[in-house]
Amino acid sequence: MAMAWIAPVLAVGLTLGASLALFAGLGFPPLAAIHAYFVQPISSLRGLAELGVKATPLALCALGLGIGFRANVWNIGAEGQLTMGALAGGGVALACHGSGGWWLLPAMLAAGIAGGMAWAAIPAFLRNRYHTSEILTSLMLTYVAALFHAWLIHGPLRDPDGMGFPESRLFEPDALLPMLLPGTRLHIGALFVVVAMAAAWLLLARSFLGFQLKVAGLAPQAAALAGFDRHRLVWFSLLVSGGLAGLAGVVEVAGPIGQLSTTISPGYGFTAIIVAFLGRLHPIGMVLAALVMALSYLGGEAAQIALGLPQAVTGVFQGMLLFFLLASDVLVHYRVRRATPPLPG
Amino acid sequence: MTAVLFGCAATLSPTPAAAEDAASGPLKVAFVYVGPVGDHGWSYQHDLGRRAVEERFGGKVVTTMVENVSEGADAERVIEELAEAGNKLIFTTSFGFMNPTIKVAARHPEVMFEHATGYKRSPNVATYSARFYEGRTVVGLIAGKMTKSNIIGYIGSHPIPEVISGINAFTLALRKVNPKAEVRVVWVNAWYDPGKEAAAAKALLDQGADVICQHTDSPAPVQAAAERGAWSVGQSSDMTRFGPNSQLTSIVDEWDVYYISRVQAVLSGTWKPTDTWGGLKDKMLYLAPYNPALPKDVLELAEKARVDIMDGTLNPFAGPIIGQDGKEILPAGKTLSDADILRMNYYVEGVQGKLPR
Repeated sequence: MAMAWIAPVLAVGLTLGASLALFAGLGFPPLAAIHAYFVQPISSLRGLAELGVKATPLALCALGLGIGFRANVWNIGAEGQLTMGALAGGGVALACHGSGGWWLLPAMLAAGIAGGMAWAAIPAFLRNRYHTSEILTSLMLTYVAALFHAWLIHGPLRDPDGMGFPESRLFEPDALLPMLLPGTRLHIGALFVVVAMAAAWLLLARSFLGFQLKVAGLAPQAAALAGFDRHRLVWFSLLVSGGLAGLAGVVEVAGPIGQLSTTISPGYGFTAIIVAFLGRLHPIGMVLAALVMALSYLGGEAAQIALGLPQAVTGVFQGMLLFFLLASDVLVHYRVRRATPPLPG
Repeated sequence: MTAVLFGCAATLSPTPAAAEDAASGPLKVAFVYVGPVGDHGWSYQHDLGRRAVEERFGGKVVTTMVENVSEGADAERVIEELAEAGNKLIFTTSFGFMNPTIKVAARHPEVMFEHATGYKRSPNVATYSARFYEGRTVVGLIAGKMTKSNIIGYIGSHPIPEVISGINAFTLALRKVNPKAEVRVVWVNAWYDPGKEAAAAKALLDQGADVICQHTDSPAPVQAAAERGAWSVGQSSDMTRFGPNSQLTSIVDEWDVYYISRVQAVLSGTWKPTDTWGGLKDKMLYLAPYNPALPKDVLELAEKARVDIMDGTLNPFAGPIIGQDGKEILPAGKTLSDADILRMNYYVEGVQGKLPR
C-alpha cells in the first residue's frame, strides 16, 4: 500500500530531474527555470489564490470521475457535462438579468449541477438499457455539448449590445460567486472542493454504497453474486460525476469568467482524467493532484513571462509527469526478471 | 493591497534587474497570443510585429510574450501577471481577451493596454484592428476569374462582424466579375484548429469547390486544397510554402508599423487610448506575392483594385448591395459606414446557407 503512494512522489521527483536536463538542453538556466516553474507562481498571495482558481474545476471534475472509475464506470465526457452545467447555470443568470436577488446564485448552482447530471444521465441510460459503452457515448456527447454551446452564444444568449460577437452579457453582481480573499480571484468554489472531497472520502471509505462501488470495480462477478445492483451503481456514478462536472462549469462562469464566452474550459474535463489517476482515485490524492496539475499550468505561464520558455514545454512537462507515473507504477507493481522462455510444446 | 502585492512580486522576481526596470530601465512591452506562435497565421504575424519592435528599439525596449492563452478564465490571470511583472504596455491580441483586458486595466491605471479587434475602450485601453475586408475584395476578384466550377469554399471561424464583412466583401467582388459564382461557408467555431479546418476544406472540395478561402489561422486549408489541386487563399500570413501551386495570394496582416508607432508613443509620452482601424493604405495588411500561374488580365484586375482601394476610388461596400433574400440593402451610389460594417450580421446575395444566429 505504501508503495502505491511512493509511485506518484517518485514520478514528480523524476519529472523534476528530467525537466532540469530539458531546460539545460534548451539553453535555459535550469535552476532559474525550475524556480520560475514551481516556486514563483505560488510565492505571493495572489499566486496561491490563482492556484486555487485553476485547481478548482480540475478537482471537482476529478472527484466525480474518480468515484466512477473505482466502480469501472468510465465517464470520459466530463468536459461536455461541464459545458452543459455552465450553460444551464449561465442560462439562469441571463434569464434573470435585471431581476436577480440573493436566491439567484443558489438557483444557478442547482441548475449547473442539474445540467451536468442530465448530460451524464444519457450515457447512464444507454449503458443500462442497451449495454452501450459509456466511454464512447459520454465522449461523443462532449462534441454535442460544444455545438450546443456555440449555438447558444451565437444565438439566443448573445449579448444584444455586443456588436454581434459570440458571447453573452456580463453577469450581474447577484450572479457572481463571492470572493474568499479580497483582492484575488479565489472564489467560494474552492470551498465546494473541500466539501466534495470530504463527501467523496466518506462515501468511499465509510459507506456501504462506497463498498459496493469498489467491489463492482475490483470484482464485478463477486458484486453480482452479492446482489449489488449494477444498474444503480452505474446511475449513481454517472450522476455524481456529471453533477460535479456541471458544478465545475457553473463555478467557472459565475467565478473567474463572469459571462458565457466562446471558451469556458480549456479541456478541464479531459485533464481531470489525468488528475484522477495521478491522485490514485483517492479523494485527497485527487485534490493534491489537481493542485500539482494547476501549478504546472501556472508555472508554464510564469516560465514564459520570466524566461521566454516556449509554451510547448508545459505540455512536455505534463507528458513526462504521466510517463514517469505510469513507469513507476509498473516498476512498483512488477519486478523485472530475466527469464528463459518456456520450451515450446 | 495592490501595492503590497506589487512590491512582493517585484522582490520575488528571479532576475534582480526586474525591480530596476520598472523605475528607469528599458520599457517593458508584453504580448498575449491566443494561438501558438507556430500557427503560421494570426499569432505568428503578431509575433513578427513584436520582433520588429525589438529590432527597431534595441536596448530601449524589452518584450515578453505568452502564447496559446485560452480565452476563458486563464486570460485574466496571464494579463494580470504581465502587468504585475512591470510591463508598461500590453497588447492582447484576440477578441476573447476583451473583458479580461478591461478588468485588469481597471486595476492597473499605470499600465497601458492595447486590445485587438474589440470594441471596449477605457482611459488606459486602446483598440486596434485591420480592415481585413479590403483584402477580401481583391481576392474575390481573383477567385471569380479563376474558378471553373463556380463554387467557392469559405472556412469561417466565428460568425462575428469581422468575419462576415470579409465573406460579404469577397462575395460582392466575386460576383462582380462572375455573377454565376456562389460561396459556401463552413463555420469551425475556432480560430485555430488545424484538424477541423482541414476537415472543413475537404468537405467543401467534395462539394465541388475549386477555390478555398479561410478566415481561420492555420495553413491546413491551404494544404488540403493543394493536395486536391485546388486554388486557395491564405490568411493572416503568407502561406505559400504550404501550397506553392495552390495559394493564389494571401491576405497578410502586418502589425509592425502599428506596434512600432504605439511603443514610440509610450516612449515619448504621447500614448492615448485610441481606436485604430487601418487598411491597405495604412500598411496594416498587404497581399502576399500573387501566384505566378495567374494570367496577366487577372493580375492587372487585382492590382488595379488594390491601388483603387488604397487611394479611395474603390469602396468594397459600395451599393448596390443585395441581401440573400433578394432585397436591396444599400442602393447604388451609396457606401456602408464603418458602423454598419462593424455591426454586419447578414449575408449578401451569392452566399449559400444561413448565417448562424
